[in-house]
Amino acid sequence: MTRGVAAWGAYLPRRRLARAAVAEALAWRTQGSSRASGERAYANWDEDAITLAVEAAWDATAGVDRARIGGLHLASTTLPFADRSNAGVAAEALALTADARTQDATGSQRAATAALIAALEGPLSRPVLVAAAERRRTRAGSAEELAYADGAAAMLVAEQDVVAEYLGSASSHVDLVDHYRAREAATDYALEERWVRTAGHLALVPPVVTTLLQRCGASPAEVAHLACPLPLASSRALARALGVAPHALVDTLEEPVGHAGCAHALLLLGAALERAQPGDLIIVVGFGQGADALAFRATAALEGSHRGRGVGGSLAAGVTDHAYVRFLSHSGALEMDWGMRAERDNRTSQSAFYRRHRDLTAFAGGRCRSCGTVQFPRAGACVNPACRAIGTQEEVILSGLPGRVKSYTEDWLAFSPAPPLIYGNVALEGGGNVFAEFTDVDAGELAIGSAVRFAFRIKDRDPLRTTHRYFWKATPVRH
Amino acid sequence: MASGIRDKVAIIGMGCSRFGERWESSAEDLMLEAFAEAIADAGIERDRIEAGWLGVFYQEQSVSKSGLPLSMALRLPNVPVTRVENLCATGTEALRGAAYAVASGAVDVALAMGVEKLKDTGFGGLPERTKGTFEDQWQPGFTPPGAFAQLATAYAARHGVGIADLRRAMAHVSCKSHANAVKNPKAHLRFPITPEQVLAAPTIAFPLGVLDCCGVSDGAACAIVTTPAIAATLGKRDHVAIKALQLAPSNGVEMGHESWDGSHTLTTPIAAARAYREAGITRPGEALDLVEVHDCFSITELVLMEDLGLSEPGRAPADILDGRYDRDGALPCQVDGGLKCFGHPVGASGLRMTYEIYSQLLGRAGERQLTSPSLGLAHNLGGIPNRNVASVAIFGLASPP
Repeated sequence: MTRGVAAWGAYLPRRRLARAAVAEALAWRTQGSSRASGERAYANWDEDAITLAVEAAWDATAGVDRARIGGLHLASTTLPFADRSNAGVAAEALALTADARTQDATGSQRAATAALIAALEGPLSRPVLVAAAERRRTRAGSAEELAYADGAAAMLVAEQDVVAEYLGSASSHVDLVDHYRAREAATDYALEERWVRTAGHLALVPPVVTTLLQRCGASPAEVAHLACPLPLASSRALARALGVAPHALVDTLEEPVGHAGCAHALLLLGAALERAQPGDLIIVVGFGQGADALAFRATAALEGSHRGRGVGGSLAAGVTDHAYVRFLSHSGALEMDWGMRAERDNRTSQSAFYRRHRDLTAFAGGRCRSCGTVQFPRAGACVNPACRAIGTQEEVILSGLPGRVKSYTEDWLAFSPAPPLIYGNVALEGGGNVFAEFTDVDAGELAIGSAVRFAFRIKDRDPLRTTHRYFWKATPVRH
Repeated sequence: MASGIRDKVAIIGMGCSRFGERWESSAEDLMLEAFAEAIADAGIERDRIEAGWLGVFYQEQSVSKSGLPLSMALRLPNVPVTRVENLCATGTEALRGAAYAVASGAVDVALAMGVEKLKDTGFGGLPERTKGTFEDQWQPGFTPPGAFAQLATAYAARHGVGIADLRRAMAHVSCKSHANAVKNPKAHLRFPITPEQVLAAPTIAFPLGVLDCCGVSDGAACAIVTTPAIAATLGKRDHVAIKALQLAPSNGVEMGHESWDGSHTLTTPIAAARAYREAGITRPGEALDLVEVHDCFSITELVLMEDLGLSEPGRAPADILDGRYDRDGALPCQVDGGLKCFGHPVGASGLRMTYEIYSQLLGRAGERQLTSPSLGLAHNLGGIPNRNVASVAIFGLASPP
């Protein structure tokens, strides 16, 4: 039996803020000296760590029977709920079986690597998903605003069809506070980067990697891919210090994406898998109050195994955005005036939600046992005018079905944090009509017949009660 | 097989307030304004009214729930008053209640009142409201223009019409109603517009611009109904009889079944077929002398011409541009300006349409009077194309029995 990673997935939000746009907007306070290149991925207003993780996990399980998955670890330092199972929401959105184990992993930038080690070394009677996601809030004008990214990655840990065999891990814990965020704070407080590099990255990571290589009986020169979620300067210095070849360093994605917090280690592992050859030795590093290092060897199954979007596909799906104020608004750094329609009370009746949680979170519709009609929402009586049988509907998961736009509008009157609110009727392949909101679509982009898929997103925010609710939205399938 | 209520109910008095931004008037004031006209028209004592139906949609945002607002505003003699609500078909629903009461013999004289006080809500368009504890959790946060704009994109696709061509026909719909409203002293929007203005207006919900949308107005309208025999004893030489009053609500097909393509309203043809049958009409396009339809948006009126069987499928844009539904066309539509310009105080609209047909049939429409019309149709569409209530009422001139 070989343990390891059987599949991986990634998700980066579509919009990539040009750092130059930030520099330009802030030139008035920087004497025009600000240098900024590249882009940072940032989440739409309706995305959070849960929805980002669902996208990545979905990608990792493309072509996999999700009913076979036995658990989900959700790693993030930006989980939307401090006391409500975030992994539980994601697991239901992924339509995992009700007996799947769910666990939130949080509290450190090592949350994802720690969760991955736990999955790789824990019980594995069925494959387990490890998803990591961050939606990182930053203050306007901060260095973090330019450096951070929102994004997610996921690994399917299994004992069969493994594309990267797990060789082992090593860890340390050291309370070095390179940055921190208190429970009450929305954003990080960062310390001096030169100190962090010297006393942190370059002092704490090498011993752990060295220990790991010794455990695996491998030399630094054998490392074909070093996935190191540290700033580029630190990563290069680390490779040099370890004696790992410079070309083994996996692109840190600093330039096109930014740093996606604890998810970054898994993103880089995904990137390593996308460039690895069978037999290659892969080292993944996690850093945060100590270090984790994991070793994998790519197997023969890696070749041609990749079915999803992956890191490469996620990178390619980005669109450059120069709208700094939109970024500030979406990320919560700037409160906009949305007018009276935004005052609507979005209180969720939790008892009504619980009655329909399969519909809302798993996107479960009904299939009539009598006539076969698939419908959303499911109801006591079949919607097919030629049937209307009562009590005949069985659950059918609609989330993976492709759709086609039947009608749409771009509504500039309705409230949306990303105007216009775009919605319409979508025909689902295999039957059924869904009156759906669209997301990640630009005004003028849709047409009747446009191909869409459904994505798990925040439906409404409820600022009065500091919560929000989720549902599925249609989003264009772009080729 | 029930025979329906054709010719069993006579309208003997109607009133309609001036519609518009009635900042100076409360819902009660508006009801009294409409009622004063109706009771004078009927020529009866207020105490002859034996039952009332009050239609109001946004009750929490204007007059509160129950039938009390009508009973109290009019100081009715403690007769039963029922509040009804069926989205934008509310006014017609109120008339249906009153007409059925008379047709059943339960009462001799009944009152139907529709009112809406929208301009106290603070919203430019219709106010936000909850759609249900489950529905709010999955349905898009749509507005009425956005929900009806769906018809335009789907209609264009189904009939292979370019959006630009469709918008030109839609612009004609709006311009026609504006021209008609100039002659209507009670209308909200009394100014002519040009197709160029319509097409250049700011977009509200693609492809609808602001001039594709109806007015959001305060107003009230009411009808007093009785039997034709009693109408005769009151000395009414000719009266307006209800020929048909039909309602068809959605049952979920549009929202959840693949069979509906979104390019038309599913319920209107059903309500219309029933109404034509009840009224004994086989060729509505020829039999009807005027129609008042639910033109909440220009595209709605366009699509309804086909759904009511007045234009052949796919032919409405051409018929509209040919002037078929202009006031001097073969079948005038919205001679009073319609929802578009008379205004749309939701609960009152069905009764406002009835008021116009009643006035036209009795030859009292003043400057906008058509030449001796004898049969008219009023249509409401409550809700949105995905989920709605269609009502079709037909009124005709009748002689005493």
